[in-house]
Amino acid sequence: MLRRILLSPPVWISLIVVLVASTLPLYVSGYVLGLLTIAYYFGVFSMAWDLLFGFANEVNFGPTFLIGLGAYTAGILDSLYQPPIFVCVAAGVFAAVTGGIVLALPALRVRGPYFGLTTLVAVLILQNFIVVAAELTGGEIGLTVPDVISIDDKINYWISLGFMAASGAILYGLSRSPVGLILQASGQDAVQAGALGFNVTKHKLAAFIVSAFFSGLAGALMVFYLGVASVGTFVDVTVGVQVIIGAVLGGRRTILGAALGAVFLIAMGEALRPLGDLATFIVSAIALAVVLLFPGGLLGMVKGAREAT
Amino acid sequence: MLFWQILIDGFAISSLYALGATGFTLIFGVTGVLNLSHGAIMVAAAVAAWAAAGSLGVGSYLGAAFGVLTGLLLSLATYFLVVRRLQRSQRIREEEKEIFILTATLLWGIMIQEAIAYLYTNNAKTVLPIVDGVVSIVGVRTPANEIFTAVVCWLTIGALWLFVNRTRAGKAVLAASMNPRGVTLLGIELSVVYVAVWAIYGALAGTAGVLLGMFLGVSSYSAGPLTASAFSIVVLGGLGSVSGSLIAAYVVGYLETLTAYLVSPAYRAIPALLLLVVVMYVRPRGLLGRR
Repeated sequence: MLRRILLSPPVWISLIVVLVASTLPLYVSGYVLGLLTIAYYFGVFSMAWDLLFGFANEVNFGPTFLIGLGAYTAGILDSLYQPPIFVCVAAGVFAAVTGGIVLALPALRVRGPYFGLTTLVAVLILQNFIVVAAELTGGEIGLTVPDVISIDDKINYWISLGFMAASGAILYGLSRSPVGLILQASGQDAVQAGALGFNVTKHKLAAFIVSAFFSGLAGALMVFYLGVASVGTFVDVTVGVQVIIGAVLGGRRTILGAALGAVFLIAMGEALRPLGDLATFIVSAIALAVVLLFPGGLLGMVKGAREAT
Repeated sequence: MLFWQILIDGFAISSLYALGATGFTLIFGVTGVLNLSHGAIMVAAAVAAWAAAGSLGVGSYLGAAFGVLTGLLLSLATYFLVVRRLQRSQRIREEEKEIFILTATLLWGIMIQEAIAYLYTNNAKTVLPIVDGVVSIVGVRTPANEIFTAVVCWLTIGALWLFVNRTRAGKAVLAASMNPRGVTLLGIELSVVYVAVWAIYGALAGTAGVLLGMFLGVSSYSAGPLTASAFSIVVLGGLGSVSGSLIAAYVVGYLETLTAYLVSPAYRAIPALLLLVVVMYVRPRGLLGRR
């Protein structure tokens, strides 16, 4: 089983991509590295989201609730007491996981659009809270964090790449494991999965915790890369939309596709920057075209092309 | 004095919310679609009215009509270009269509919003009001436009009620929301009903957008919050229940006005959001929800 997973094309292709990507600092500029560093963190956001959406079939409109909790908890702790960075990050992860459990409670009761709305509201409440409690959080201006992991963009790049690769490996492995299959079954037909003797509630709760863990961890690490936590980069609904578009664009229920889609989305937004205001329009139009014409996303297109030949 | 002011201001804003949410809940009740480009369509209608009345100089009445027409056309475009393609897609599994429609309408809304920002910048725009002047009601100086807004909202909602309950075509729409298969068995073309409902929805959203533009002004940034507020009102009232949405619109409108006047305008949105969370935990089907 393990052997088959290790030898499957997605895994070794990803391995090659990661290896090639890890040599990038040798020949690209610091500007590109900085962009990719952010893109890789977004890759983790999208992968964590895909675990909930693609497998547990829960539309989480508020991925930034979990990301923001992780980022702001770590940032506030650091700006108040300056403990070692890993303590801050651990606190951020803890806050995000707690948030994930709170978010999961309505999900186990209400379905579909109702749950989507709860998550959206969670983001709006967090956002309002951050703006209102400006003394603690820096409000709309943002919170400056006294420590950063490193000021060297190469090291930051490798940390981010390594983190995305490790998260991707864990999430992908999890999704292909028996637990992942049960989760998928619970998402598609909760009643039948329950009738087969699987504890649907337990598996969904676990999915929320895992998703929150990676979102919070990525959020906290990103704070210590940027040195600033602001609503516009971590919490705003538009950030969440970007995470979602990345996952759908890459192909739902693929985990690896989500990372691909998120990196593609950020790179594309940057490449189109000269067009100014039109950039977001074009990116959304392309994403919409993919959703309409290739519902399987980028990875689905590749898969479809292979099956057709 | 403050009491009357809150009462009057809250009534106007709530009527506007009610009109916006009515269209949103109609489209969900009949076609089962949650249209996340709702706010963007409202903003587009308002900006179209603003542009027509301002740059083309056609006057406020024609401008408003142009805005409503824009809302209607955009709504039909949403249906034909985005929603119907997904509903009829062979490659998406039935149970996943809802998620795809949510994502696609969200993207579509962002496209409309960005197009507006590109063509007419992000600045807030106030549509030329149809009625000018200030009226004094029980000592409160109220802009006549505020009264006009509330009256138009209620006339439109009333017209919709008459249409659905008193005309043959309207009854077909009502029937389609209850049992689509039964409607087709009676020889009514379901796709025609859907197109009609999207057209009505567009006119409602367009009217709400234009009135909002006259009352508070809009910018392309308003699109997201407008969708979120329509969504919350509809869920609070119970998805698919029009009377529930009307009640919820007033609850949210007055909560916001009370907070803005008594606490601080900065906290305006918070109590309504908290109320929504409580309702989701305690009574997920909403105030008057059937399920």
